[in-house]
Amino acid sequence: MTEAHIAHLKVFRGEPGGATRYDEFDVPVEEGMVILDALHWIQGNAAPDLAVRWNCKAAKCGSCSGEVNGKPRLMCKTRISDLDLDEPITVEPMRSFPLVRDLVSDVSWNYEVNKSIQAFTPPAGLPQEEWRWQQQDIERVQEYRKCIECFLCQDVCHVLRNHETEKPFMGPRFLVRTAGLEMHPIDEGDRRGYLKDTGNIGYCNITKCCTEVCPEHIKITDNAIIPLKERVADEFYDPIQWAWRKLRGKPAAGAAGTPLPMLQGGSASDAPAAAKGDKPTSEG
Amino acid sequence: MTGQSAVLRALRKPRGTAPQGFGKTKRRDRWAAYPIVQGVLFTICATYLLVSGVIWEPLFHTGYEADGYLSPLFSPLILFPNMPSWLSPGLLILWIPIGFRATCYYYRKAYYRFYFADPPGCAVGEPTIHRRFALENAFPFILQNLHRYAMYLAFIPLFFLWIDVIRAFGNWDAAGVAHPRIGLGGVLFLVNTTLLTGYSLSCHSLRHVIGGRIDCFSCTRARRIRHTLWERLTDLNRNHMWWAWTSLVTVTLADLYVRLLVTGVLTDPAIRF
Repeated sequence: MTEAHIAHLKVFRGEPGGATRYDEFDVPVEEGMVILDALHWIQGNAAPDLAVRWNCKAAKCGSCSGEVNGKPRLMCKTRISDLDLDEPITVEPMRSFPLVRDLVSDVSWNYEVNKSIQAFTPPAGLPQEEWRWQQQDIERVQEYRKCIECFLCQDVCHVLRNHETEKPFMGPRFLVRTAGLEMHPIDEGDRRGYLKDTGNIGYCNITKCCTEVCPEHIKITDNAIIPLKERVADEFYDPIQWAWRKLRGKPAAGAAGTPLPMLQGGSASDAPAAAKGDKPTSEG
Repeated sequence: MTGQSAVLRALRKPRGTAPQGFGKTKRRDRWAAYPIVQGVLFTICATYLLVSGVIWEPLFHTGYEADGYLSPLFSPLILFPNMPSWLSPGLLILWIPIGFRATCYYYRKAYYRFYFADPPGCAVGEPTIHRRFALENAFPFILQNLHRYAMYLAFIPLFFLWIDVIRAFGNWDAAGVAHPRIGLGGVLFLVNTTLLTGYSLSCHSLRHVIGGRIDCFSCTRARRIRHTLWERLTDLNRNHMWWAWTSLVTVTLADLYVRLLVTGVLTDPAIRF
């Protein structure tokens, strides 16, 4: 086998609280090989204790997210032949999240954020069999439903990665989910106050890194975040719309305080305005 | 502890392991090239336009109109009696496009990266002083939320630029007699105004105002019409960056062309009828 068919991998190793290091491995390259294949080769031949999270190996489960040569990517979708084999290939876990071990990071915070979003809220008393909408109403939302929750967008978001913000920031993944709910044709929830005061959408400064890394090619910034920012501007920053609401006697969405949901481990008293119909996980 | 603050505290992300500090990254590609090229080009155009539109005329009085071509930076031309000599008519107009571009969702990406390094690149560490920046949650960047008003105003000079295009081809004299021509200046004005129109129509805020704020597109006839318009604007919006750059370059070239005509460096090549 020639040198050209060997990939030199520098793999991040370590545990929380302990020293971290990069172990180097020479992996024989086969046609069509992806980074996850190389990690499996390492597990089978050189380091059986290497921790890596994976599941479908088809870019649909979102489990094998990591950073290859510093870029957040799905490891099952990153072909070794697309990388420069003259240089070592650096493989790391998602660095925006706490480390569990080696290439596995703790993404559980994301699920807590997910619980804080008011779930799908159809008209009260309308039986599910009577829900109706047209294709043109739902096309926009369908793009958001492609999300596989790999959390690469959360990983690359510089607000989550580098800023230690005073307030929480929900991150692009959950702005996408909220967009899907807000723009649903029969949803009656109003999450604009939540977006401004709890999700803190104002932390997003439109640098589009989330869009660049999305393996499902969701136009996160243009089609989800910016439309939500505009909806928040409608409600809280547009003086003409504010005056128009005043004239009509319509209260602002956030006027009575932002409804906050109950988090896991919290109590009802911690969340006095838990949204009706909240569900613990996304709808699929 | 109130329920709200408990929830907010629980929602703060626990610290990860990303390397902190300006430029810290494991990326090996030329991640800095793209923001630097964009930032330098933007700085060159913006500096030229500011000097030409605001500073040049009060200092040198060379004029901004030649051979029936009015520089797009000065259109519509606003002059009033006893106008201070330090005040360029361009300043009375330029604040509108400056406001429109400064709050533009595309340009934000470019200048936050180049001027503020916030972030310098995707998955690239930024200066640690940024850590507690409130970004668009606080002044001054919270004013970005007024982008829609900048967009509304931007259509006013755009209307006059189209009149200038017609004038450039009609070439009316002081007596109101037309001397039709197809000049290089007219073509440049037409291309520039077309691109500025594309830039304005592809605006994210316009897309929202026209139809984006609607949840149920099919519910009424008016909403179905707005949905059709929203789809067309969405098509334009996909290339908002392209419209932004090409129009910035052509407005710079159009002004430069008029300046060269004014100073006699060039004469306008034209087919006259």
